[in-house]
Amino acid sequence: MATTRFVVNREPREVDVSPETPLLWVLRDTIGLTGTKYGCGMALCGACTVHVDGVAVRSCSTPISSVEGKKVTTIEGLKQEVKFPLQQAWIEEQVPQCGYCQSGQIMAAAALLAKTPHPTVEQINDEMSGNICRCGTYQRIRRAIQRAAGGGNGHH
Amino acid sequence: MILADELEVDWPKVEIQQAETRTDLYRHLGTGGSTSVRTTYMDLRRAGATAREMLISAAAQKWGVDRERCSAKNGTVIDNDTKRSFTYGEVAATAAKLPMPAEDDVRLKDPKDFTIIGRSIPRVEIPSKTDGTAEFGLDAKVPDMLYAVVARCPTFGGKVKSFDATAAKAVLGVKDVFQIEAIEPDAHSAGGIAVVADSTWSALQGRRALKIEWDRGPHANETSASLAAEFEQRAKSSGTVVRNDGDVDKLPADSTRIEAVYELPFLAHATMEPMNITVAPGADRWESWAATQSPDWVQRSIAKIAGLPPQRVIVHTLLSGGGFGRRYMADFPVEAAQIAKITGKPIKLVWTREDDMTHDFYRPAAYHHMTAALDSQGKPIAWRHHLLSTSINAYWNPKAPPHKSEMDGASAVPYNIPNLRVEHSNAPTGVPVAWWRSVADAMNAFAVESFIDELAVAAKADPVQFRLQLLDPPRMLKDPNADPDDDERLSTERLKKVLQTVAEKSGWGKPLPKGWARGVACHRSFGSYVAQVAEVSTKSDGSPKVERVFSAIDCGVVINPNGAEAQSEGAMAYGLSAALYGAITIKDGAVEQTNFDGYQVLRMSDMPEVEVYLVPSGDDPGGLGEPGVPPIAPAVANAMFALNGKRLRKLPFVS
Repeated sequence: MATTRFVVNREPREVDVSPETPLLWVLRDTIGLTGTKYGCGMALCGACTVHVDGVAVRSCSTPISSVEGKKVTTIEGLKQEVKFPLQQAWIEEQVPQCGYCQSGQIMAAAALLAKTPHPTVEQINDEMSGNICRCGTYQRIRRAIQRAAGGGNGHH
Repeated sequence: MILADELEVDWPKVEIQQAETRTDLYRHLGTGGSTSVRTTYMDLRRAGATAREMLISAAAQKWGVDRERCSAKNGTVIDNDTKRSFTYGEVAATAAKLPMPAEDDVRLKDPKDFTIIGRSIPRVEIPSKTDGTAEFGLDAKVPDMLYAVVARCPTFGGKVKSFDATAAKAVLGVKDVFQIEAIEPDAHSAGGIAVVADSTWSALQGRRALKIEWDRGPHANETSASLAAEFEQRAKSSGTVVRNDGDVDKLPADSTRIEAVYELPFLAHATMEPMNITVAPGADRWESWAATQSPDWVQRSIAKIAGLPPQRVIVHTLLSGGGFGRRYMADFPVEAAQIAKITGKPIKLVWTREDDMTHDFYRPAAYHHMTAALDSQGKPIAWRHHLLSTSINAYWNPKAPPHKSEMDGASAVPYNIPNLRVEHSNAPTGVPVAWWRSVADAMNAFAVESFIDELAVAAKADPVQFRLQLLDPPRMLKDPNADPDDDERLSTERLKKVLQTVAEKSGWGKPLPKGWARGVACHRSFGSYVAQVAEVSTKSDGSPKVERVFSAIDCGVVINPNGAEAQSEGAMAYGLSAALYGAITIKDGAVEQTNFDGYQVLRMSDMPEVEVYLVPSGDDPGGLGEPGVPPIAPAVANAMFALNGKRLRKLPFVS
C-alpha cells in the first residue's frame, strides 16, 4: 500500500492502493468513475483511454504510482477541458451502437484534435487505429471527428 | 417507435425504460437471431393501437358521445365535432377500467399514416454513451460488493486436480479462494478456482498467485491441424443428404467440371466488454445486474443455484458492451451465483479479455467441398455441396440431428440449377461452439457465393448477370432444412432487386482507379436480402485493402432508417473483421489466442467507406443485426480474384 495524490477532473484525490495498481481500476473500483472502460488490460484496444496532463494514455497499463501529482481527465470531465464540440458531434452523427468503446474513442479523438485541429482522413485513421470498436462504427467516428474539427457535416 | 406510432403520442415526450425480467408479462425477453423487430412488430403495434382505442373510448364515454366522432393525436383525444379535447393523462384512469377490445376490433394504422415509424429519429441513449453516464454490466455497483475472478482449465473439459491457495490468500485484499464445479449441460460453465477480493485488481493478483494442477481432460490432444485432417478425411465419404434435386451424378460427357474446397476456422465473438455479472444473494430473494442477451435464462440459471423459483430472482438488464451471440449464454451467471452462494455476499464476477477469448463458445470451424458442372453453353447443370462442420447441435442439443443447425444459407440455394445435392457431415471437437452473429449463414455464404463466382468465371460470364439469370424464373423457395410448418420462403425476386440495386449504385462495370477491382455477393438471411459490392486494392504486402463497400438491403419494413444503416455498416464491418483477420486456433486442447494481439480485429485504418441503400419492399419486417454479415467475405474474395486472379478459399485472408 502507498498513498498516491493526483487530480481527477479538477478534483484532488488521494488513494491508498498498491503502487502498481493500474489507474483504470483505481478510477473504476476505488473512485467510482466507471465511464472509463476495461477492454483488454494490455493497451491493445483503447477502451480505457484517459488524459494524463493532456496526453492520451491507456489507463489499464498505467500504474497509479506514475500519475502522482498529475492531472487526469476522464470522459466524465472532458467537457470542461476541450474546446471542440466532440460529444455533440458524436450525437449528431449517431456514432455509438453498443457504446462501450466510445469513451475511449472520444478521449483519443480529443487528444488528436488538441494536437491536430484539422486532421486529414489519414491522420484520423492513424491516430484512431489504436481504439477498437467491435460494432464497426469507424466510419461514423471519422465523420464525427471531421464535424467537430469544423469540417462541415463530415460527409463526402 | 412502433408502439408510440400506433398509440399516437408525441415522440419527444416518450421515455424508454428497460423491461423487468417477467416471463409472466412478456413474450420476448431475449435479444438474438435478429428477431427484435421481426417478433415484436405486430405485438407492439397491436398493444399501441389497443391502448389508443381504449383512451378514445374513455374520452367518448366522459363526453357522452359516439366514439366514432373522436380521434387521437399527440397524446390527446379530440372530439372532431366540437374540437374539445382530453389529454391521455386525463382519461387514462377511466380507460384502464374499460374492457380490453378483442384483437380483431382494434384498428391498426394504415402504414401511409405512420408519423414515427420510418423516420431517422435519434436514439435516446446515445448522449449517455458520450459522457460516461451509460451504465454497462461492468459498471454495476451494490453495497458490500466483492469482486471475483475464476481460474479455469485452459483445455476444454479439463478439471482441477489439486490447488494451493496459500500465496493467493496472502495477496492484499483477497478475501477467499475456493473451488466451483462445472455446470453441465445447460450452462456449460467450465468450473475452476474462484478468487474473491475487495477490488478487481486484488482478485487478479490473487489469481496470479494460485498454484493449480489441472487434469487436462479428454480433449487435451486436439489441435487445429487434427481437426483439419478430420474434415479432409470425412469429406471423402458422403454426408447426410439434406437436399437432392435431380441427379448430380448423371451428367453429359461434354460438361465442364469445377471443384473447390473452402475452409473456415473457429471464431471468438470478442465483444468489447468482456463477460461479467453482479449477483446479490438473499434468504428468499436474489438480485442480479447483468449485461445479457437472455435475462430470462440468467434468471432461471441463478434460481437453480439459489434453490429458488425463478420469479424470486430479480434480474436487472444493463447495457451490454456488445453481444453478437456470446451474451446469450448462462455460463458466467452460474459462476457468479455459485460464488455468491458460498460467500453469502454480493459478487461482481469479472472476466478478463484472456478469460473471454479462451473460454468463449466459438463459431464452428467448417470445411466445404464443392463440385459443379457447366453445360457446353456455360450454364450450371449440377451443384454438389458437402458441408462439414463442428455442429452447434452436436454441442447444445445432441439428441437433434447435427446438420439441422448448420444448413442456413446452404440448403436453400437461390440459384436455379436442375441437379443439386447438399450434404452435411459433423466433425467431433472438444471446442464449445455456438451462435456467432449470423451463425451458419455467414459461413455458408462464403462457400456458396464464392463458388457461384467461380462458376461465372468458368462460364466467362459477368458475375452480376450470371447470378441474375440463375435467379430466374421468380420462385418462392422453402428451405428443405426448415421445419415442415415453417412458412418462411426465400423470394428470388427480392434477392434480384437488391442485386440490381447494388450493381447500379456501385457503378458495376464502370472503370475503377488503377489497381482496384470489384466483387459482388448476395444472400438472404433472417428474413432480409442483402447484396454487397466490395472495391478492393492491395496493400504493399499483397494483402487485401477494402476501399469501398456498397450495400443494398431489403429488410421489408424499415423502422428507423439511420439505425438500419448503422446496423448494416456494423454488420459488414463485423464480417470484414472475420474475413480479413479472424481465427481461433487450437493447440493441445486450448485456444492459442488470448488477446487482441493474437486475435486481430478490424481497426479504423481497415474500415472502408460504406454506402448503404435501403430497398424497402413493404413486406413483413426482416432482421437487421445479422443479414449484413454474410455477403462481405465472398464479395472481398471475389474482388481479389478479379484483381489478381488468385482465389481466396480459406478464411481469414490475412494470416
